[in-house]
Amino acid sequence: MEASRGNVQKAEQRAGMKKTEKTNKKRSKQDEEEEEEEDQLFNLNNKSLEEDEDLSDSEESVYSGLEDSGSDPDEEEEEGEDGGSDDDDEDEEDEQDQNEKSTVKKSKKKEGGDEEKEVKKEDEYDHDTSDEEDIRNTVGNIPMEWYKDFPHVGYDLDGKKIFKPIRNKDELDDFLDKMENPDYWKTVHDKKTASDIVLSEEQIELVNRLQKGQFGDVNFNEYEPTVEFFSNDVMIHPVTNRPADKRSFIPSLIEKEKVSKLVHAIKMGWIKPRRVQDDSRGRFYDLWANEDSSILAKHKMHLPAPKIPLPGHEESYNPPPEFMFTDEEKALWEQQDPSDRKLPFIPKKYPSLRQVPAFSRFIHERFERCLDLYLCPRQRKMRVNVNPEDLIPKLPKPKDLQPFPTTQALVYRGHSGLVRSISVSPSGQWLVSGSDDGSVRLWEVCSSRCLKTVQVGGAVKSVAWNPNPSLCLVAVTVDSAVLILSPALADKQVISASERLLSAQQEEGPSEGPQPVVWSEMEGEELNQGIRLKIQHPKPVHQVTWHSKGDYLASVMPDHSSHMQVFIHQLSRRRSQNPFRRNKGLVQAVSFHPIRPYFFVATQRSVRIYNLVKQEMTKKLQANSKWISSIAVHSGGDHVICGSYDCRLSWFDLDLSTKPYKMLRHHKKAVRSVAYHRGYPLFASASDDGSVIVCHGTVYNDLLQNPLIVPVKVLRGHVITHDLGVLDVTFHPTQPWVFSSGADATIRLFT
Amino acid sequence: MGGIQKKKYERGSATNYITRNRARKKLMLSLPDFRRLCILKGIYPHEPKHKKKVNKGSTAPRTFYLLKDIRFLLHEPIVSKFREYKIFVRKLRRAYGKTEWSAVERLKENKPAYKLDHIVKERYPTFIDALRDIDDALCMCFLFSTFARTGKCHVQTIQLCRRLTVEWMNYVIASRALRKVFLSIKGIYYQAEVMGQLITWLVPYQFSHDHPTDVDYRVMATFTELYTTLLGFVNFRLYQSLNLVYPPKLDSKAESELKEVEEEDYAMNSESHTEKLSALSSSLARVVSSEEEEEAKLDQFPDEEEDMEKMEAREKEQKQLETQKKIFEGLKFFINREVPRESLAFVIRCFGGQVSWDKSVCIGSTYDVTDETITHQIVDRPNVDKQYMNRYYIQPQWVYDCVNTKMRLPVEDYFLGVTLPPHLSPFVEEKEGDYVPPEKLKIMALQRGEKPAQQQDEEEDEEEEEEEEEDENEEEEDDEEEAEEKNLKKMEEQRSQGKSLQVKVTPGKVKAENRARLEQEEKAEEKRLAIMMMKKKEKYLYDKIMFGKKRQVREANKLAAKRKAHDDAEKAKKKKARK
Repeated sequence: MEASRGNVQKAEQRAGMKKTEKTNKKRSKQDEEEEEEEDQLFNLNNKSLEEDEDLSDSEESVYSGLEDSGSDPDEEEEEGEDGGSDDDDEDEEDEQDQNEKSTVKKSKKKEGGDEEKEVKKEDEYDHDTSDEEDIRNTVGNIPMEWYKDFPHVGYDLDGKKIFKPIRNKDELDDFLDKMENPDYWKTVHDKKTASDIVLSEEQIELVNRLQKGQFGDVNFNEYEPTVEFFSNDVMIHPVTNRPADKRSFIPSLIEKEKVSKLVHAIKMGWIKPRRVQDDSRGRFYDLWANEDSSILAKHKMHLPAPKIPLPGHEESYNPPPEFMFTDEEKALWEQQDPSDRKLPFIPKKYPSLRQVPAFSRFIHERFERCLDLYLCPRQRKMRVNVNPEDLIPKLPKPKDLQPFPTTQALVYRGHSGLVRSISVSPSGQWLVSGSDDGSVRLWEVCSSRCLKTVQVGGAVKSVAWNPNPSLCLVAVTVDSAVLILSPALADKQVISASERLLSAQQEEGPSEGPQPVVWSEMEGEELNQGIRLKIQHPKPVHQVTWHSKGDYLASVMPDHSSHMQVFIHQLSRRRSQNPFRRNKGLVQAVSFHPIRPYFFVATQRSVRIYNLVKQEMTKKLQANSKWISSIAVHSGGDHVICGSYDCRLSWFDLDLSTKPYKMLRHHKKAVRSVAYHRGYPLFASASDDGSVIVCHGTVYNDLLQNPLIVPVKVLRGHVITHDLGVLDVTFHPTQPWVFSSGADATIRLFT
Repeated sequence: MGGIQKKKYERGSATNYITRNRARKKLMLSLPDFRRLCILKGIYPHEPKHKKKVNKGSTAPRTFYLLKDIRFLLHEPIVSKFREYKIFVRKLRRAYGKTEWSAVERLKENKPAYKLDHIVKERYPTFIDALRDIDDALCMCFLFSTFARTGKCHVQTIQLCRRLTVEWMNYVIASRALRKVFLSIKGIYYQAEVMGQLITWLVPYQFSHDHPTDVDYRVMATFTELYTTLLGFVNFRLYQSLNLVYPPKLDSKAESELKEVEEEDYAMNSESHTEKLSALSSSLARVVSSEEEEEAKLDQFPDEEEDMEKMEAREKEQKQLETQKKIFEGLKFFINREVPRESLAFVIRCFGGQVSWDKSVCIGSTYDVTDETITHQIVDRPNVDKQYMNRYYIQPQWVYDCVNTKMRLPVEDYFLGVTLPPHLSPFVEEKEGDYVPPEKLKIMALQRGEKPAQQQDEEEDEEEEEEEEEDENEEEEDDEEEAEEKNLKKMEEQRSQGKSLQVKVTPGKVKAENRARLEQEEKAEEKRLAIMMMKKKEKYLYDKIMFGKKRQVREANKLAAKRKAHDDAEKAKKKKARK
């Protein structure tokens, strides 16, 4: 209600007093604040009067509501209206209050007479413009259908019924009315009072205007020029003339509290004064103006980060064509794990610089570098810049160590199986060889002629020529027998001496009891071939070896379980004996000491040396290898070499230690056989890799000087057959020659 | 026995190391702060020799720092700054949460800041130390200066990086310190010699970056923080050493010239200064007006003969360097717009050339395309519409190759639309046995002052043919020998088998014994025997070295074979084309 009135007022004022307009507007704009109202209460009385003039204006205006004008037609209505006037009083009072309130907002204009106001007052009760509700009917804002069945439509202020008009209009009446009544189009049925109202000309005009969306007031000019309330012109008078508040004189408590809080905070150091803008950051000066070395001492342990490796040709945008990946390389690169890749990128070629794109992993690489810098442990690695030539030991030139065999001179062909063993006669003129084809052949060394072939009827494991130059006998092992052969390849004296030796024992009677070894004389065909004696063993014999005097010979029957592995036979007395009572391991090879009564027995891992006279073990040599294959004793008897199946050759000095003085790993495969030269400081080893390696081994009389052990020649010639290369090697007794027999059924002489 | 019982891990290496977590707790820092501290102070983990001992018996993977290092960090003033910053952040968050905007503002004004000057001084006690370690700083700053000014890091950092890199480049130009340039697929490598230190840095090509997600930019930013400080101080010192004004200013002469030309085109005066600096087209202002500095000549001390040789070599090198510095002296370049301007301008100016570009490309162009005195125009497109008679139109690679070969290469290979010769890395120094690309051989020949390339090509062809013939000859000889041997063998077999021996005496051929060969063989055998006598340890080492060498040879051979195949294919193609 107030809002509408406000509107009206505005229009009014504009039409009327322009001078007060400014203040008015301001008022209407401002929301009334309670305090202000209270303040201004004291001048309410006089002011309310003045303002009423305005109100009256508004009532005068054309925009006065439909109900007001509709009051004329019906008498009953008038009744109600009369009745309504009473309660309008109260209403009016309310309104008065409101008006008073509104006056507060208004400027203090002093015009306006009291009389005028009184006149208006009466009018006011007649035409109530309130659109709150129709006060002539007190039923309130309810659907009027509820009174459809009643004679009345409600109650007036006195509680009396307001009756409907007696005659209800039916359709026909309505129609007739429509046809006949010229005012029908401007007749409106009021449901509340159940009466028809005929609108006046002004009201119709108003309706039309509203429908067009125009202002209700005809006189209102909506296009008046605006007048700025606040302009840039300085006015003489203040906008408000209100006296200053009291609180503007006295200090604010709230502010005091706030200030004291801040002061406290500053005192306590919670708030720091604003820092002076420090622009020294990013300003550079000569940092190293005075370089003192004192700090340097701290940095002794500091390792500077290694620099990034510099790029090679392959990183160029236009690399030489050979640096480009082929398809296979590319595929390989893609398959590989990023950490395995040789290059972290694929080389690419662009025909011109403008076609080079951005490198997609640039930031990654920089980031990885950063990580390396602060996450990687650094370590100083001493890079040994070794010249590989320096690593090679300086050896005396082989030329200075001559003589030694260098070239293959002769090949002895004739055997059809692999030649297991060879032996040279003490004179150095004859060579005997035993082969798997069941034959023993005797060769002339110089001409490579085969003088004699003896068929022994079994694979020959070992042959040994009697080292005594005054005898001419050969021991041969066939299966479990040792045959003594008399090749008769010497002058008569020697032959007769050996005959004597073979026949001398006949005087000896057979020994008592069953012997493990049986001696028997050969007869007939075999005797014709030169086989004189047969020493039958209980088990297959693997090796036979002579004592240097030529009377004793030892045979080896490797066996895990029994103590009968080695027999020593005496040819002159046809006697055999087993020197060991206990099994100390699988015997691989045996050898007599050339000078002293010692006996060498090589088991799998070690070599035992027995004193035959005292009948005790004097030494045990550790060969440091897995499986000894062969053993050879130097003619002086001080040095022993052992070949082993794990490619090693160990060189012992019996005076020094039981450990090998030197281990030689020259061969790629198992060492089958080793041999010492009788005269020269040479030894040779034969291996399955098809080579014979000749080494020079000198021991000086001066004990302070280390023995010199130097390989001087690698001799090749044998063909590897069935994974076997050279099976036996032996030196010529006088010449620096070496014989070797191989799995390719040949015997070769290297001179 | 008595005595106090010894406890495990209370002495020895266990007490010298500290795990990362314990170090962090000791310093009372969060992990990111600890990381930042380690980056700034250059502390890195150490790998103990006996990890299990240090790890108190456990074999869990841990990173160890030296306890000494961590103790050293304890006294670092920056640690307290980190704590302050942490508190600041907490307070700020609280103020935000309470919407106390005045408090927020007040806090922001008092944001703690720290300087890294003392750390730089501490880490690099002498200027040379700093120079030695400046590679990474340069790479990082060049990378950051190419970042877009969005998101990934502070704009100020990017601007600072840009400023510092421009200063650096200007210094390198002023001191003519650039030595090598390499266009790789990653970017452009530059190598400069500053105060006797070789400094290499990599600049990415001018493209916007595709920022990867698996990169921690905080780590990079921390590094950049340190590096910018370092680079700033280094720049200052370097400028001082050349009597240049720092922060750099353009030469007054050059500046006035530039002003005349371009004042209208570029309105923002404040920005135009840095832009002009980064254009790299004009020289810098000096503190003392520069008269050409007398070059310190090497004094000669003719003491010993060996020294004389060395001296001569050094002198020769010096001379070469001098000529290299003046490769482009007197040349006037014009850079087309499709060519990377900054890099080329930098390189050309480093070697005494004059350079300019189109006005619309960048500020700081000194002359126009129409200038008659231009000698070389650098173009990277198939053809140019309007060509001037008196200048060469060359592709950019020419400039870089000239720098690397230290001489002006013939321009014919680099004309427009010509297939360029391969661009070789100047950083590779081939040792004996390494693969040397034929292009490099050619260049080396040119450097020695031999004939131009084409004739050589022909010669090479001839040589190749000759070589082939020789090879054939050798093969024939070999064949003969083999045949002889075979014959001998056959005879031997026949003899041995005792079949009807063809008793026949054939006149023997006198085998010319090749003395040298025999000797060689002998030596080889001696060596083989000596190798057999090596100790196990040495043998292992020797085998390893030899394996590496063999692999090298194999790789070189592979490359050579690839090249040969490629060349053959090319030849075949050419022949076909001719037919």
